[in-house]
Amino acid sequence: MTEDRRVFDYLLRLADSDLVLAQRLGEWVGHGPVLEEDIALTNVGLDLLGQARLWFAYAGEVEARFAEAGRSEDALAFLRDSGEFRNLLLVEQPNGNYADTMARQFYFDVWHQLLLVKLAHSRDPRIAEIAVKAEKEVVYHAERSADWIIRLGDGTDESHARIQAAIDDLWMYTGEMFDPDEIDTPLAEEGIGCDLRALEPAWREAVGSVLDEATLTLPGGTWMQRGGKKGVHTEHLGHMLATMQWLPRTYRGAEW
Amino acid sequence: MYAQMVDTGANKLRALEDMGPEERAFQERVDADVKIEPKDWMPEAYRKTLIRQISQHAHSEIVGMLPEGNWITRAPSLKRKAILMAKVQDEAGHGLYLYAAAETLGVSRDQLVADLHAGKAKYSSIFNYPTLTWADIGAIGWLVDGAAIMNQIPLCRCSFGPYSRAMIRVCKEESFHQRQGFDIMMTLCRGSAEQKAMAQDALNRWWWPSLMMFGPPDADSVHSAQSAQWKIKILSNDELRQRFVDQTVPQADYLGITMPDPELKWNAERGHYDFGPIDWDELYNVVKGNGPCNRDRLQTRVKAWEEGAWVREAALAYAEKRAARAQKAA
Repeated sequence: MTEDRRVFDYLLRLADSDLVLAQRLGEWVGHGPVLEEDIALTNVGLDLLGQARLWFAYAGEVEARFAEAGRSEDALAFLRDSGEFRNLLLVEQPNGNYADTMARQFYFDVWHQLLLVKLAHSRDPRIAEIAVKAEKEVVYHAERSADWIIRLGDGTDESHARIQAAIDDLWMYTGEMFDPDEIDTPLAEEGIGCDLRALEPAWREAVGSVLDEATLTLPGGTWMQRGGKKGVHTEHLGHMLATMQWLPRTYRGAEW
Repeated sequence: MYAQMVDTGANKLRALEDMGPEERAFQERVDADVKIEPKDWMPEAYRKTLIRQISQHAHSEIVGMLPEGNWITRAPSLKRKAILMAKVQDEAGHGLYLYAAAETLGVSRDQLVADLHAGKAKYSSIFNYPTLTWADIGAIGWLVDGAAIMNQIPLCRCSFGPYSRAMIRVCKEESFHQRQGFDIMMTLCRGSAEQKAMAQDALNRWWWPSLMMFGPPDADSVHSAQSAQWKIKILSNDELRQRFVDQTVPQADYLGITMPDPELKWNAERGHYDFGPIDWDELYNVVKGNGPCNRDRLQTRVKAWEEGAWVREAALAYAEKRAARAQKAA
């Protein structure tokens, strides 16, 4: 695989995780537990959507270096099937209740911030530039989701039980975040990507200390689900894409 | 907008000489365009009417998030998705500051929300219509937000300070909303035949309900005179409706789509468009609860509120624990 192809695939991973999580957060709009939360969730969703668009734009440029033409952000978002999506399995999990949504967000945000801090030093100046911008937003996401984990964990008996169940249920989707493959490894060696394994201790420490404060227990399971980066997803992604992609696929070539 | 048929509790206007000294001083301030602030003396009926009007407006913003939110997950491009999310988020923000304006009159947001969920409070009839195609998102921005601006610009001058200030803020954002709606319509009308048909269909379905947003004809608006005297209603329903028609018809011409009204015609003598009769029976029915989406909209709001109860309780319990710990530490 040429370096450009690797970078392209890597950019899709970044873009797809952002887009898929933004789409999930978009499902909450108008249905939040309180108006302020509706606004805050939408804010996070909008940030992620904006970041996805920056990654897609660059992915299209990189694609043009080895393909006949680079695809637009909309072609990449709306005209790929689930097997071509490269997002983490974690972010495609359904919204569930508010605890499920916040647990998913918390696991992702902590990792996302650690990753972006590293990518801010990427040898690829475009990756570094986007990472610097995105990281500024993600700091706030991570603070907010940690606050909610603590509030729900140390709130009522009911909220404690719900958030512990969500933390446990989603645990098996976290291993994939630290599991480098034949794309991650060479890009990390070249200083373009980052060493995913090296993120894990910091992630565990950050997650562990928030769960402690929240009077919650860090799950002990060791079996992890994998596949997102290879396009082998859970059943949930296909349904999401069916909804998201339906309009541009029905009216091919139309401008909106 | 978003406030229709607000009951003032008054059936006839009182002249200054019939008023007691406090009420007269109040009315003189209103007449002199001095803003009334929450701590000022005000007639009880003015307070109650404003609570009704502002809370109806707030509820409309919140319920209004649903028909548009219906298309966030299906927006046809990433740019449109981002714009729509931001727009619906603005509406939540409008709801927040309108509830805050109502709270200055001595009522709690929780109480107002409870009244909405119990079916005791109204919200604008327009949000009881369904969004069936992507073009409906364009039509809502263009027509519904256009009608809202028409109504809200005069309300920026209304007599109650907090409401007037909220309206100034809301209007700035609404004009952006209207432009994005018109932009969606323009893109569709310049697109394929199928897209143009989608735009025409949306106009067909949203035109008459948009005209109904201004409320019943002046002759049947029993509370308008009192609201006008208090300057919480600046222009009459029919005046606003006519302005809206006059503004919107040339825009439809520009788009190349046709209003679903065979009687619509420029009247050079009046300097206005004449338009056909509005089906008031439909408006009264939608307000009564018989619109295509009344039940769904309310059930959705109630469900979100009920399912969020444990989250709100947890946040409160945590805040109390934290305060108790801080007190113990001190």
